[in-house]
Amino acid sequence: MPFPNQLTEQKIQFLLEKALTIRRSIIEMLIEAKSGHTAGPLDMADIFTYLYFHALKHDPKKPDWPYRDRLVLSNGHICPVLYAVMAHSGYFPISELKTLRKFGSKLQGHPHREFLPALESSSGPLGSGLSQAVGMAIAERIDFGKTSNKQIVCFLGDGELDEGQNWEAIMLAGKERLQNLMAIVDRNNIQIDGFTEDVMPLNPLADKWRSFNWHVQEIDGHSFQAIDQAYTQALSVFDKPSVIIANTISSKGIPEFEKKWEWHGKPPTTPEEITIARRALGIKG
Amino acid sequence: MQNPSQKLNPKLFDKDIEQIPIRKGFGEGLVIAGDMNKNVVGLCSDLTDSTVMNLFKDKYPDRFIEMGIAEQNMASVASGMAAMGKIPFITSYAMFSPGRNWEQIRTTVCYNDRPVKIAGSHAGVSVGPDGGTHQAIEDLAITRVIPNMVVISPCDAIEAKKATIACAKTRFPTYIRLAREKTPIITTNETPFEIGKAQLLFAPKNDKRAEVGIIATGALLHRALKVAYELENEGKMVKVLNLSTIKPLDEDIIWKLAHETGAIVTVEEHQIAGGMGSAVSECLARHYPVPIEFIGVNDKFGQSGTPDELLEHYGMGEKDIKIAVQKVLLRKK
Repeated sequence: MPFPNQLTEQKIQFLLEKALTIRRSIIEMLIEAKSGHTAGPLDMADIFTYLYFHALKHDPKKPDWPYRDRLVLSNGHICPVLYAVMAHSGYFPISELKTLRKFGSKLQGHPHREFLPALESSSGPLGSGLSQAVGMAIAERIDFGKTSNKQIVCFLGDGELDEGQNWEAIMLAGKERLQNLMAIVDRNNIQIDGFTEDVMPLNPLADKWRSFNWHVQEIDGHSFQAIDQAYTQALSVFDKPSVIIANTISSKGIPEFEKKWEWHGKPPTTPEEITIARRALGIKG
Repeated sequence: MQNPSQKLNPKLFDKDIEQIPIRKGFGEGLVIAGDMNKNVVGLCSDLTDSTVMNLFKDKYPDRFIEMGIAEQNMASVASGMAAMGKIPFITSYAMFSPGRNWEQIRTTVCYNDRPVKIAGSHAGVSVGPDGGTHQAIEDLAITRVIPNMVVISPCDAIEAKKATIACAKTRFPTYIRLAREKTPIITTNETPFEIGKAQLLFAPKNDKRAEVGIIATGALLHRALKVAYELENEGKMVKVLNLSTIKPLDEDIIWKLAHETGAIVTVEEHQIAGGMGSAVSECLARHYPVPIEFIGVNDKFGQSGTPDELLEHYGMGEKDIKIAVQKVLLRKK
């Protein structure tokens, strides 16, 4: 018998299928909304699927369950992937995904917890999510010391690391040795104005985090085995915060859009683009 | 005369009135708030002694976080702590918090609706010698404009202490404005305080109708009271309100004062644009328009000098308040 949370071949197959479903939902949401971001949500679909359908301690029927892990989305613009995994894991009806960015929707263009209280935080303006996650980790340590078994997970974009506030938070987390804190960086190498290394070079990125006293892992962000191994290892680090730099292919799943920074901040809108996107993901219609 | 129901300092108009920095009241209040609720935590950006958070730090070292010189991080870390049930107080100079970190306060605290309490010390030009970079005279404008935010500007150390204790009990993001300099003690422990309520501190004898209303906030309230006292001796009928909560605004007491007097002077150590006077005029323009004169900084930056020199230079001295009263009385129909 495998351990309950062991990543079996069968489970990987399940996650692969689920991730495809999530990508299909993302692209249908974007087509319907006629605005929003394509590249990031698609390239983070595997990691979000892994977390929501395998690793995260959460209860979609009791979003305020006090012992849940906390997931902070700092790069709020990739919210279509968050909304998709939340809907598919049961936080709200899948049919509501089509309301993305529409008036009165729970699914605001950038996440707002007043409209969707199951969110841990509102976000959009870049660079402030990690600070909030650091605050959660410190509060948890004040209350429970090292006996806490909640994990605070913060998602960041790579371009977002241009923001100075991140480095204030990285510095504080290193100083405080927050072992219950994990950052996951979407290293897709693109941002709105171009490739990250042209706009504002980040390399050597792993060395930067390491020098601030973080435990650093660099992985293939599309391999469930690699994601699982890194996540499990990060949980076992007991003297410092942990970062997983997930190397991803922007717009993963639609080869025509992949690795093109132009797809950072727009949805497929022309009939040709919509056809390309749907065909790549095997969506009929 | 002093309003007896407010139980003010009996030495209010004496030369040897006791003076204490407003920020000290905050520091003492925070310790009491911490005694009352273990979820109260303190965060500071490398200014622990000068914001008087050291009192809290010494008593509750495990509930104090030294943030280093990083106000933006501080605001958002506080938001995260609040998400886990804490009531964080964050302190720095007002110029840096809520100045430097305004967007973090707007998005991660107020948009998230988290009960973070921002104590901005060294507000106003009376910081003095440090000069214009350190003189926050825009902080009321930039905080009161944010939804969900409560804004309090206490008039003395005793009121600051009460405001600190009171705001720790609410679920609202709150800004408390503090001054550095020693400030005359106007109120006593018995003076009523409630967030959102202004108090009538000075009124004509025998319930006579007042001909002008002065609305003041923060450290300048004492100067406004002294002017009212002088005017009373000259035979003028004056009322003085202490408007310590700028938001939510006590609209009732303000329009009733306008209705009674038909002439208002606002007094604050802040830019005229966007501050307490603006909040009062927004209220009166809607409910009961009357002539208003504004005492405050008129679209200028501060500079080095003594507090008295600077208050005179920027038109916030007692003589300026008196002139404003004369002007508004002339404008009154």
